[in-house]
Formats: sequence, C-alpha cells, structure tokens
Amino acid sequence: MKVLVAVKRVIDYNVKVRVKPDHSDVDLNNVKMAINPFCEIAVEEAVRLKEKGVASEIIVVSIGPKEAQEQIRTALALGADRGLLIQTEEMPSSLGVAKLLKAVVDEEQPQLIILGKQSIDTDNNQTGQMLAALTDYPQGAFASSVEVEGDHINVAREIDGGLQTLKLSLPAVITADLRLNEPRYASLPNIMKAKRKPLDTKTPADLGVTLNNTLKTVKVEPPAERQAGIKVASVEELVDKLKNEAKVI
Amino acid sequence: MSILVIAEHNNLDLHKPTLNTVTAALALGDDVDILVAGANCGKVAEQAAQIAKIRKVLLADHAAYEHQLAENVAKLIATVGKSYSHILAPAGTQGKNTLPRVAALLDVDQLSDVIRIDSPDTFARPIYAGNAIATVQSSAAIKVMTIRATNFDAVATNGNAPIETLDDTFSTSNATFIKEEIAESDRPELTVADVVISGGRGMASGENFEMLYTLADKLNAAVGASRAAVDAGFVPNDMQVGQTGKIVAPNLYIAVGISGAIQHLAGMKDSKVIVAINKDEEAPIFQVADYGLVADLFEVVPQLENLV
Ligand SMILES: Cc1cc2nc3c(=O)[nH]c(=O)nc-3n(C[C@H](O)[C@H](O)[C@H](O)COP(=O)(O)OP(=O)(O)OC[C@H]3O[C@@H](n4cnc5c(N)ncnc54)[C@H](O)[C@@H]3O)c2cc1C
Ligand SMILES: Nc1ncnc2c1ncn2[C@@H]1O[C@H](COP(=O)(O)O)[C@@H](O)[C@H]1O
Repeated sequence: MKVLVAVKRVIDYNVKVRVKPDHSDVDLNNVKMAINPFCEIAVEEAVRLKEKGVASEIIVVSIGPKEAQEQIRTALALGADRGLLIQTEEMPSSLGVAKLLKAVVDEEQPQLIILGKQSIDTDNNQTGQMLAALTDYPQGAFASSVEVEGDHINVAREIDGGLQTLKLSLPAVITADLRLNEPRYASLPNIMKAKRKPLDTKTPADLGVTLNNTLKTVKVEPPAERQAGIKVASVEELVDKLKNEAKVI
Repeated sequence: MSILVIAEHNNLDLHKPTLNTVTAALALGDDVDILVAGANCGKVAEQAAQIAKIRKVLLADHAAYEHQLAENVAKLIATVGKSYSHILAPAGTQGKNTLPRVAALLDVDQLSDVIRIDSPDTFARPIYAGNAIATVQSSAAIKVMTIRATNFDAVATNGNAPIETLDDTFSTSNATFIKEEIAESDRPELTVADVVISGGRGMASGENFEMLYTLADKLNAAVGASRAAVDAGFVPNDMQVGQTGKIVAPNLYIAVGISGAIQHLAGMKDSKVIVAINKDEEAPIFQVADYGLVADLFEVVPQLENLV
C-alpha cells in the first residue's frame, strides 16, 4: 500500500523565536530551520510500516519555498522513497495546504496519509482534519499508536480525558502525536543515498489549485513578560509567602 | 451577527470550557445559540439551557454522535452552522478534532486557540508556542474558531433558554468507536483547578508522584506533568501540560522537577502565581517563577505537605 506523508519546513524547535521590532512578524533571518517535529514522527511511522511490509511506497510532500527541499531530503534519508515539493513563496493557510494535498491524493491514490498533528510555527492543528473532510476519508487525529489490519487501521488517539481507540476503514488520514514513536537519526550512507532519490517539483497551478488566504496578520507582538520573581531559602519561607504575600493558599 | 457555540461534554455533564467560550461568543454579538450533539445527552442540554444570555439550545441526540466522531459531528455542525456568522468551540481535543473538519466542509479558513476578541473579524492567538501573539483579521464568510478557555471568564448559569430538537443525522460506516480509557480521579480537572501541581522528569518514577497526589489533596489541587514525565511512563498523557498538552492558568502553579522548556511554559505561563522547585538553580523555570526554591524535591515536597 502507498503511504503519503506531509512534512513542513519550520523553525527548529530549540530556537526561541523573537518578534521583529516593527511588529510585522517574527524574525526568521538566520534562524535554524528543520522538519516540523510532528512531521518527523509521521515519516518515522511510515518507514516502520514499510519495514513491517505493510507499506510498499512512501511519498513525502512539502509545500513551501525552494529550501523546503532540504526537509524532503531529510525525510528521504529517513527512509521515504520519493519526494514532491509544491513550490510557493507565500505560505498558504491550513485550508490551502489541505487543498493542495487533496490534489496530490487524487493523483497518487495513497491508502494512508500521515500528517503531523500540529505545526510548531502556526500551532494550527488543522490540516489533517481538513484534508480528511475534503477527501471524505475517516480521520485519526492525535494518534499515539496505529495498527494496520487488512482494509482498516486501528488508531489510539490522545484525548483530554485519556485515550480513545477507533477503527477506520482505508483510505484514512492520521495525524501523529509525540508519543506515536521516537524518530531515528538518518545514517550518513542513507543521507548520501537520499540525494539520488527522485524529488519532483510542482506549483499550485500545476495541480489546478488557486489559493485564497482569508486570514491577514495585522500585527505580531511579544507576549506579556512575567515579572522576575524571587528565590526563597526554605519551605517555611515559601509557605509564608504563599499564605501572606500572594494569598493563594 | 449570530454565533453558534459547540458544547463540549461527555453526554452527562457540560464541560466548563463551554461557559468560557460563550463569553467569547457574547463579545461578538447577542444572538448566541448552543449546539449539544451527543447520545442520551438531554441532561447536558438542560445544563446548557441554564447558560445566561443565550438565545436557545439546539439538541442533536443520536447514537451517531455518542463518541463525538468527527466524521459525523462535523457534517452536523456544518449543516446547522452555515446560517451563522461565527462557529465557536472550546479548544479542547473535541473542538480541535472536529472544527477544522467543519471549516473545510464550509470551505473557510479556521482560527485556532483564540485568546482575545478585538472585533467580529479581528482576533488574537498565540503562535510559536506562545512566544508571539498574532492579531489576525479574517475575511472568511463564516468565522470558525476554537477558543482558549483560560483567557475568558465563565458566563453565569442562571438562565433559562428554550431547547430545540434537531433531527439531522449523519452516520458514517468508515469510522467505528472501539474503546475509551478515561482516567478516573476525584481531584479537580486540570484546566479548571485553582491550584495545579505538576511533576517532571525529576520525579524519577510514577510511584513518586504519590507525593504530589497527597499534597494535591491537601490543597484541593489538580496534578499535571511535563511531557518528559509522560514519555517516561510515570503518568498518563491526559496529565500533560504544554504547547501540545493542556493549557492551564490557575491561581497557583507549582512545578516540581521540571526544567521549564518553552513547550512546557506555553501551557502554564499565564498562571497567576508560579512556584518552581528544582535542584538546578540555572533551570529556566526560575525565569518565570514568582517563588523559586532551589532544593531536592524529595526533601522539600514532604515538608511542604506538612506545612500547608
Ligand atoms: C514538538 C514538541 C512539543 C512538546 N510539547 C511539550 C508539552 O506540551 N509539554 C511539555 O512539558 N513538554 C513538551 N515537549 C518536551 C519539552 O521540550 C521538554 O523536553 C520537556 O518539557 C522536559 O520535561 P522536564 O522538564 O520534566 O524534563 P527535564 O528537562 O529533563 O528536566 C528535569 C528537571 O528536574 C530537575 N530535577 C531532577 N531531579 C531533581 C530533584 N531530585 N529535585 C529537584 N529537581 C530535580 C532537573 O534539575 C531538571 O531541571 C515538547 C517537545 C517537542 C519537540
Ligand atoms: N506547508 C506544509 N507542507 C507540508 N505539510 C504541511 C504544511 N503545513 C501543514 N502541513 C501538515 O499538516 C500538519 C499539521 O499542520 P497545521 O495544521 O498547520 O498545524 C503538519 O504537521 C504537516 O504534516
């Protein structure tokens, strides 16, 4: 079975982002970029399905600038078979991304589509669910374990109260939560091999999709800073402060 | 301006974030309706009817909605919601699972985790794990958004709105509910508790969390955790606080053996008073703590329990 994985190029999760002085956006100049952590988990899950003989081919797709090729190459080094970059300078909204992915699904007809649950830049947590709506496929969002059995997939999902398990018929859309797996590191030979794997480039127009982002960012501000606090020397002092100064216990 | 609020519930009780979401809805306009979709959930509709200042409750009571399967509920919400200007849901896992599916069915962009309403089309939301706040203007035909409950007060519940029953049923055969493992606890719910005590990797084991539970019972507190504690298997995932877990903003947050990674801070830094207990005086958690105690948690947590 064919598996499609969507990976996004985002700021590295260790970087603390800063807002530009003119409040137009965050400053991404000279900032380390990486594959979105949840997308890395999505790729790893696809590779494990291939190692188990469940998946036959893994296609990774990314929507973004030319540089997003780097993240596709990373995914190829982790074990994906071929890549597709949908090149656009303007980052589309999640609905825009979902529409582009829908066009790819129509062409490639994968049985399973794995996305990350959330991009760590926009923190949207939308695209997988939107793609599921556009394709009318069932969805397993926030997956912490998946198991393919014949023509369906069992998905354990992280929900507010605990865990929920669903049985979805294939094709289906899954979004990966952090606990789904721990991604491997790409080995040097695999990084070299990834350079020779096919990587196609298309534009939204090639796919017949017109993007119309209705969300306009008016300004971007730093969050309210917390006042620096104090260190207390003992538990007695702490309890005294909480009772008599902060009055919270 | 008419606003549809999707109730969060478990077929028995209306969840409190719904009340905060109604406050956000009332900042948009006066005509606010509540949709309760579930199975045998008449009790929830009755609770929703008591929400002050709302117009009416819409009740869709059918087996297809019992487990909030997004496939079914999203079609219902999109059908009912297309005559509204705004569709809002609390930003819990139910809302996050369903609302983007609704937005795509309605062919509109969605806003997640709205923390402030400036006008009927302009909203603020955190991005980059809360390291920046974006003000966003939406020209979407219907504004679909999830609301971060901790940023809005709860509306009063002294109302008496009419309940209208809906017959629309959407039922897929592509998704079937198998089971749910829900953590049972007598302690307050994390997202609504006045006091939250969270443990991190420093707790070293699940057994050691007992210390926090005992302390929590004395303070009527909820117990949370860092992702590292969840990943290490000390505690279940529903206790995770942070960018990808629960967002909490209690009066008092006590972080025990937690270093203070930005992803953790994203879930708790709006707490009123923050206490950090960590043996490493350089731990970043101290940068957001009002009261920091540099100490071995195994020594001071039992002392704390004796003194409160
Ligand atoms: C995409 C992504 C999303 C994430 N989302 C979340 C999230 O939602 N929530 C979250 O929490 N994390 C999240 N993380 C993980 C996050 O980056 C950190 O790894 C995690 O928060 C660290 O947990 P910790 O502070 O418990 O562990 P550590 O960073 O290992 O810190 C343990 C602390 O305990 C202290 N300690 C140890 N022993 C003792 C002792 N005896 N007494 C006192 N102090 C002691 C140490 O000094 C240390 O500071 C996410 C990561 C990624 C990549
Ligand atoms: N530009 C993009 N290119 C490829 N995949 C994306 C893109 N944006 C979002 N996704 C996918 O959708 C997931 C959720 O993203 P979001 O809805 O933006 O939080 C990500 O983890 C990716 O798998």
